[in-house]
Amino acid sequence: MEEWIINTIIRGLALGTPLVWAALGEVYAERSGVVNLGVEGMMILGAFAAFALAQSTGHPYLGLLIAAGAGGLAALLHAFLVISLRANQYVSGLALTMFGLGLSALLGRRWEGLPLLTTLPEISLLTYGGVALAVLLWFVLYHTRWGIIIRSAGEAPAAVDTMGVNVFLVRYLAVVFGGALAGVGGGLLSVAYRPSWTEGMTVGLGWIAIAIAIFASWDPLRAWAGAFFFGALFHLSFRLQTWVAPEPLQMMPFAFTILVLALATRRRGMGVQGAPEALGLPYIRGEH
Amino acid sequence: MEEITKQFPGVLANDRVTLEVRAGEVHALLGENGAGKTTLVKVLYGIHQPDRGRIVLRGRPVRVRSPHDALTLGLGMVPQHFLLVRRHTVAENVCLGLAGTRALFPAVQVERRLTELGTRYGLAVNPRAPVWSLSISEQQRVEILKALLRGATILILDEPTSVLTPQEAQSLFAVLRRMKAEGHAVIFITHKLDEVNAVADRITVLRKGRVVDTLLASAADTRMLARMMVGRDVEFHLQRSPGTRGGEALRLDNLWALSQRGLDALRGVSLTVNRGEIVGVAGVAGNGQTELVEVVTGLRQAASGTVRVLDRDVTNANARTVLEAGAAHIPEERMRTGIVGSMSVAENLILRRYRYPPFSRGMLLDPEAIMKFVRRMITEYSIATPDPRLPARALSGGNVQRLILAREFSGDPWLIVAAHPTSGLDVSATEQIHSLLLNRRERSAGILLVSEDLDEILALSDRIAVIYEGRIVGIVPAATATREWLGLMMTGQRP
Amino acid sequence: MRIGPLEVERRNVPPWSWTLAVSILAILVALGLAGVIFWSYGVSPLHAYGVIIRGTLNPRALPEIVRNMIPLLLAGVGLVLAFRALFWNIGAEGQILLGATAATWVALYSPVPDPLKLPAMFAAGFLGGAAWGLIPAVLKLRFSVNEVISTLMMNYIALYLVSGLVHGPWKGNEMRGFAFTDAFPRAAQIPLIPGTRIHWITLLLGVALAIGTAFLLKRTRAGFEIRVQGENPEAARYAGIDPVRTLLVVMFIAGGTAGLAGVGEAAGIHRRLLDPNQISLGFGYAAIIVAWLARGSPLAVLVTSLFLGIIFASGDVMRVALQMPARVTDVFNGLILFCLIGSERLLYWRVRWLPERTVRGPAPEAGTGREATGASGSDS
Repeated sequence: MEEWIINTIIRGLALGTPLVWAALGEVYAERSGVVNLGVEGMMILGAFAAFALAQSTGHPYLGLLIAAGAGGLAALLHAFLVISLRANQYVSGLALTMFGLGLSALLGRRWEGLPLLTTLPEISLLTYGGVALAVLLWFVLYHTRWGIIIRSAGEAPAAVDTMGVNVFLVRYLAVVFGGALAGVGGGLLSVAYRPSWTEGMTVGLGWIAIAIAIFASWDPLRAWAGAFFFGALFHLSFRLQTWVAPEPLQMMPFAFTILVLALATRRRGMGVQGAPEALGLPYIRGEH
Repeated sequence: MEEITKQFPGVLANDRVTLEVRAGEVHALLGENGAGKTTLVKVLYGIHQPDRGRIVLRGRPVRVRSPHDALTLGLGMVPQHFLLVRRHTVAENVCLGLAGTRALFPAVQVERRLTELGTRYGLAVNPRAPVWSLSISEQQRVEILKALLRGATILILDEPTSVLTPQEAQSLFAVLRRMKAEGHAVIFITHKLDEVNAVADRITVLRKGRVVDTLLASAADTRMLARMMVGRDVEFHLQRSPGTRGGEALRLDNLWALSQRGLDALRGVSLTVNRGEIVGVAGVAGNGQTELVEVVTGLRQAASGTVRVLDRDVTNANARTVLEAGAAHIPEERMRTGIVGSMSVAENLILRRYRYPPFSRGMLLDPEAIMKFVRRMITEYSIATPDPRLPARALSGGNVQRLILAREFSGDPWLIVAAHPTSGLDVSATEQIHSLLLNRRERSAGILLVSEDLDEILALSDRIAVIYEGRIVGIVPAATATREWLGLMMTGQRP
Repeated sequence: MRIGPLEVERRNVPPWSWTLAVSILAILVALGLAGVIFWSYGVSPLHAYGVIIRGTLNPRALPEIVRNMIPLLLAGVGLVLAFRALFWNIGAEGQILLGATAATWVALYSPVPDPLKLPAMFAAGFLGGAAWGLIPAVLKLRFSVNEVISTLMMNYIALYLVSGLVHGPWKGNEMRGFAFTDAFPRAAQIPLIPGTRIHWITLLLGVALAIGTAFLLKRTRAGFEIRVQGENPEAARYAGIDPVRTLLVVMFIAGGTAGLAGVGEAAGIHRRLLDPNQISLGFGYAAIIVAWLARGSPLAVLVTSLFLGIIFASGDVMRVALQMPARVTDVFNGLILFCLIGSERLLYWRVRWLPERTVRGPAPEAGTGREATGASGSDS
């Protein structure tokens, strides 16, 4: 029994780690006022890039670095559309998800179904890195000059602009940073958690990362806890398959996401913990 | 600023405007709504780029491409609608983008400097308080402190007194005088004539995007300024007949309601409006006026108490029931609530009437009946639109308000709830709206008029109720009310 | 504003011809970008597009295009309605699956007599999809759960539901590697146009629903309420419109039409329930593009679903002729959506060719006397 619990925790951490990285990225993007529904797309691009690099060079860490670049680049596309061209943030994110899934499947054709030769352990430096990152990002958000700027861009972009800070740049940086983290999250899937490449291997984790950002009230520490919780939940749904048919269990994390979101909004009410006030709204200078 | 020209689609906001401001003076920029005052200072502050003309600062031509440039050049602006992050503390707001703040724990560092500056200029405010918990005049102080802490030597204030009581305005003037004494230049935008004489050294009058004249305040009198501002003589007093009083149009008994944030916004409001009477509700913004209007019109739940419209209990009924009880509503945010900008002028004219005959029969709308009504309303209320099928957002503010009045009055309401009916409108549109409201009063409608413009309240009302922190703190006949008395009541001090 | 010889102005209402031109331009750019991706994959774009054109733009390919168009049309009409009410229904995929599931239950396990079987399947499919669509609507209204997330989660739940059914309780007797239910009896199969895979009843239903929805939006009270609710929820409250009722009606119809698409796939194409990824080939997601491209007009869906039908047919061609993965359609879909929303700014510009510099002095007094227009010039 004890072993079973420890095992669940460890496996929870293992799958929680990719979720942590992606959710933290989304927290930062949304804190700056930009919803990015393309997390799934950025993660799968990251997963593919990491696998391709790790497979051809033998260095999984190099793969993760490239994954960050791929995720960041994909996020840059989203940023350009929604910040500069003021396109609808929801639709652009969906487009990014479709595009990421399609592109990675096309380019990954050659590697489809292959296992990775040089892998990272499930609990790697990046797992501890996830904890450290959550603490660091929490500190930056609440107690530094940059944190105030990022939060203000999401709450009242016009206030940021008139104080001589470039809102557009702040949002670009936050979105691209978020994309890079999502890329690493995806990369962890293909080099550590399930060291292989199959198209669509993110199986909805990107959406769960977005939900985590929301019910964590856009707080990095709570996002870490939420990611770990979902990691454990996913693992449980695997373990229980010995006794129960797999499908109802596979549904569980998704049903749980809805449930947790419903409960979170209940608890939160309308107080100070709500969403950033300018979330999802493009900033247009001179109109506020 | 020399020969500044700024063109917007369909309107020339600034036409070769030249404005010269000296150090150590308060320079008033006077003009009615739509005269181009705000556009001019937005150009100066780098929010808009001028199509033509240049800005000269301390003898050197400069380009202000963004607010950032403006700040480095020593320009500071206190906008009409404050640009503060409501959830952040005062200190966090002030250190946002402030050069020279340290990277870690910047708020702590700024708190000390805030207290210091606050005492020097008489702008005390608690640096650790979240902005949403501050009063409007405190928020204004934060905006001024933000500019001063950035070393602004030229301070622009856009309609700073429109949200203040007369007493708060006086203390703001004292702050401005102190700044003037320290060698700052102050640009003060207003359309209120008495303020100009109270605080300005020189005055520049704008009309329809052009400078009428710049003159010394000591050489100007109110009537002359009014003529320059509007371009004709202004009726200072409205013609009004005694009107016939009827029964109760609206009765509120011990009404309580929560605000959006879950705080008590109305705390036991009792008030009646009789038919054929205008009751003005005066108060500083944020003392429960918005909630009062919303509870009465069925847009917000009451926590307790009753609302009766024409002897019918409509407490916690929805907007539709209140409408059907015979109440019209001219909403506060006319662009955001009053119309659907992307839908046509015609559809907006039936926005609250579409479900009744003749506009719909059964489940279907009747386009012919609708267009017939629309054409009649457009002529009757002189709504200027080339085509009623165009989206309503293309209309000017005055036309939108006439559209809303046309729609609301077409049901012959016995109660009219009018929230800030003329805010942001120019003088001629304001006069029209006022006479339309008075006309309804003569036809024995009861009118609840909520406004922050004391002059409007004084000019239109039969009785004036003062609201402070969610309570009606006094009701007087308009004939006996004075600005001073109202001002004191509005800040909760019983005179 | 002038850019070289072009005079550019803002405007409020783009004429439909300009909207069409911009949309076509956006699609062409997207196809160009897709060409770049094919090139990087190692296929010459010219060759790829040659194969696609030969494979889709010939009379023999038309039935396959229409076959793909049917579910896109049905789901697209529903999404147009949902988007008009500003409900971000990303869950058409799940609603399609539920429609197919409900129809399968009627076909295989209900005692409905044969002549009524097909009508009952359509009704059940509609209700199944509608129920799946109403859940996120209620979650939004009651618990303010963001509908983008909830509808997506509902898609995954539907996916595992169907998968669980065909692997478990509904597993058929014949087995050929993949799990699926027994084949539907003849009475539960939608007739096809001979020699094609066009189940024409569903197609007719789709066309009728597109026309009906257009009428609903334009000419009825309910349609007026839906439009006001979607364009400005605050004004809708002020107008006394019940947001709960409006949203529930919208999602009932939107989920239901997607459900009908599922009925068509199960009873017209496969004649059984099988792996969820084969029941819906991503029609629910592609329908978002169908709806977005139609820009709120249910009638335009008739054209845009045909266009997306071509994309799906091209996907098949590329899969077979160029050995690309099925998800290659997602590359097209993503790029088209990017280009569409990226070009939207362009709609609100009026571009005119004015080569010679006319002197544009300050407007005369009559011009400046006009009151400021709403958003841009007002003194606020």
